[in-house]
Amino acid sequence: MRRYVAGRLLLMIPTLIGVAILTFVIMRMVPGDIVALKYAGSPVPQSVIDQERHQLGLDKPMWLQFTDWMGEIARFDLGTSLWTGHSVVEEIEIRFPLSLELAIIATLLAIAIAIPLGVLAAVRQDTWTDYAIRIFSIGGLAMPSFWIGLLMVLATITLFGWAPPLVFTPFTVDPFANLAQMVLPALSVGYRYSAVSMRMTRSTVLEVLREDYVRTARAKGVAESLVVMRHALRNALLPVITVISLEFAFLIGGLVVTEQVFNLNGIGKLLVDAVAHRDYTLIQALVLLLASVFVLINFVVDMVYVVLDPRIRYS
Amino acid sequence: MFKYRQFVALSVALALTLAACRPSSPGAAPGSQQPVAGEQPQPGGTLTFIVNAEPPSFDGHRETTFALLHPIAPHYSTLYKFDPNDLTKVIPDVAAATPEVSADKLTYTIKLRTDVKFHDGSKMTSDDILATYNKIIFPPSGVLSPRAGAYAAVESMSAPTPDSIVFKLKYPSASFATNLASPWNFIYSAAKLKTDIHWYEKNVMGTGPFTYASNTKGQDWVGKKFADYFAKDKNGVQLPYLDGYKALIITDANAEVNAIRSKQAAIEFRGFTPQQRDTLSGALGTSLAIQEAPWICVNYIVPNTKKKPFDDVRVRQALTLAIDRYAGSTALQKITIVKDVGGLMRPKGPFAQTDADLQKIAGFATDGAANKAKAKQLLADAGQSNLTFKFLNRNITTPYEPVALFVLDQWKQVGINATHDVKETSAYQADLRAGNFEVALDFNCDFLDEPDLQLAKFWSASGLGKGLNFAYYDDPDLDKMIDGQSRETDPAKRRQLVADIEKYAMDTKAYQYPVLWWYRIIPYLNAVRGWRIGSNHYTNQDLETVWLAK
Repeated sequence: MRRYVAGRLLLMIPTLIGVAILTFVIMRMVPGDIVALKYAGSPVPQSVIDQERHQLGLDKPMWLQFTDWMGEIARFDLGTSLWTGHSVVEEIEIRFPLSLELAIIATLLAIAIAIPLGVLAAVRQDTWTDYAIRIFSIGGLAMPSFWIGLLMVLATITLFGWAPPLVFTPFTVDPFANLAQMVLPALSVGYRYSAVSMRMTRSTVLEVLREDYVRTARAKGVAESLVVMRHALRNALLPVITVISLEFAFLIGGLVVTEQVFNLNGIGKLLVDAVAHRDYTLIQALVLLLASVFVLINFVVDMVYVVLDPRIRYS
Repeated sequence: MFKYRQFVALSVALALTLAACRPSSPGAAPGSQQPVAGEQPQPGGTLTFIVNAEPPSFDGHRETTFALLHPIAPHYSTLYKFDPNDLTKVIPDVAAATPEVSADKLTYTIKLRTDVKFHDGSKMTSDDILATYNKIIFPPSGVLSPRAGAYAAVESMSAPTPDSIVFKLKYPSASFATNLASPWNFIYSAAKLKTDIHWYEKNVMGTGPFTYASNTKGQDWVGKKFADYFAKDKNGVQLPYLDGYKALIITDANAEVNAIRSKQAAIEFRGFTPQQRDTLSGALGTSLAIQEAPWICVNYIVPNTKKKPFDDVRVRQALTLAIDRYAGSTALQKITIVKDVGGLMRPKGPFAQTDADLQKIAGFATDGAANKAKAKQLLADAGQSNLTFKFLNRNITTPYEPVALFVLDQWKQVGINATHDVKETSAYQADLRAGNFEVALDFNCDFLDEPDLQLAKFWSASGLGKGLNFAYYDDPDLDKMIDGQSRETDPAKRRQLVADIEKYAMDTKAYQYPVLWWYRIIPYLNAVRGWRIGSNHYTNQDLETVWLAK
């Protein structure tokens, strides 16, 4: 087991190096750079543009830019943003708590909705309860979360003249202000997220309910609630956990449009701004961060499998 | 397959049709709503406003975006500035009076106020002005100063006394005095610049009405009233009136409207579209005020003269003749931020030609059908009756996309089959600078009606227009004309010289020409007083005279 864990951890290094190379090359292949963009439309002489490119190191050969960057990464230095001139770590530090909090709240909300409703739909298969839950979940899959968010904001403004606060207040400073900002985005994201997990829960529970050991438990006279909760749900959870964890990783940096709609100063918005600005150092750092989150969460999920299913052994 | 571009084209065409059918918007003020006469400013309060982009560095001398000016300008003073009550007039800021100009118009002596303090308590002197202008006009190696060229006439500067500064020019310059009111020329501390010439890229410390309080990147910028600010209003009340301000960075257009609608922000100083204005007007009713004004921003059609057949003046003339700008104005002003028909100078601005004179220029006569007939004839003469090319544009909806689609439709009516080549801004800019296009939609925005600024893109491409002139022509005659107007200090004569340039550049040679000039619309909560719209989104942003009605 220890060998397996060490192997998995070591495998992360080439994965992340691959991600770094891909990001670096792809960004340089896209036409235009930060300097051209910065002075778009301004009557700025070519000499100023050339001078700024030189200052930012954009006139160096690509291989030299790459080795410089790799050297910095090896020293755990993510560099400075080409747009703001501030440290990339500082730029990420400001946004990460918000994205993490939103991901956690949306995940908790999704779990709270998806698992009970998914189980209920499975247990009451082909009844009106099942149909209603399926319609609810298909709605969540069909409607983009940013669109639901837009409708929510419009509704609260029209009905109550209220919209979520535009400035992030940490939960520890003012829980009410914090939740006032988070509740609508978390609901809009959590709904879509719960729809995916709900459908997965329903189908896996249905599958497990048809297994021999469930029939045996029922034949032995075990109460139906215990059959469902102890025998069916626990065994059905593995694929559900996989879906939930991958969605969680996605939420850290993937809520681009939702963050725009609610003006949330999160990682997704930062990444989009960085791409729009051709801020190479910031993009490279963010993609590395998000890739690390995905890799780590996948690793953690694999470890959770062992806890949930004693039959699984890594050697 | 129904492609995205076709979908966008159809959507805009539908929007144009609907816009043409509907009555004028109820919320649109016919003119600008001015502050209520006789009201006494009420001190106190915090103004919350929107900025829809993030400033790159904090150094005004280095950057060119309004996203820096709106949150940061309130921390700084300039030597001169534009009068908040009459934005065409230059008034002293830290200068004590208008410059004394020598008879040969080569020496400008400026007396300075002696009561100006920096936010750290130090006194401002002529050393600070000298250090500031040295950084702008004669930047040392490694310091970027994109506007240094605007002061090409300056030979030297000196500070003979602590309260005066002298500029010596190489030749008389018509625009020099107004350029001293540039909103970008923040007065910096000589001591700070001496310690580190790049200090102001990451720090803020000026003599303006507000001190720096905090900045959360991507979220907000906060300023607090500077108690030792030097200016008082005409009644002797200490300025600024506000206790502070908060600039919220909101990049999504819907979120901007929602911020004002929910009264979390009072104003956005750059501008909204007619639809956004109408949404806010419908929702907020009398709580909303609206100011509107012509804007010193314009889209140019730029044929690349290095590419065939755009090296043929007849083809270039046909491109401008085909466009019925007056019909375009009527339709487009209802859906996007363009309105006035004009030449190279802002319509109705101090250097604009009369309508009668403008209409003598190719493409600006009011008879659209006759213009199109001429365009067809010119294309036939040039052997280009079935002209086909790509029209490069950037992927920004307002106003680039509707303007381009209108132009494409106009060209189609004379047999030109141009396709819309839309690119993301950075890629678009790369193509412009590499000359990798046939015809492009370029743009220009300035802080001032000033021919030296508006003609900057018309210098020869291998000379002063390098990196600016995307039509890629070299024309020593036109260079001579531009230089001549720049040195002409008699306003009437200069105006005539500019008119000659317009005729030459837009008609005789048809190098590049405007489509429509932009129109600025600012809907805001009517508690905001003391702010007046101008014809640009760069000046009048120090918030010195802004106050909030209780």
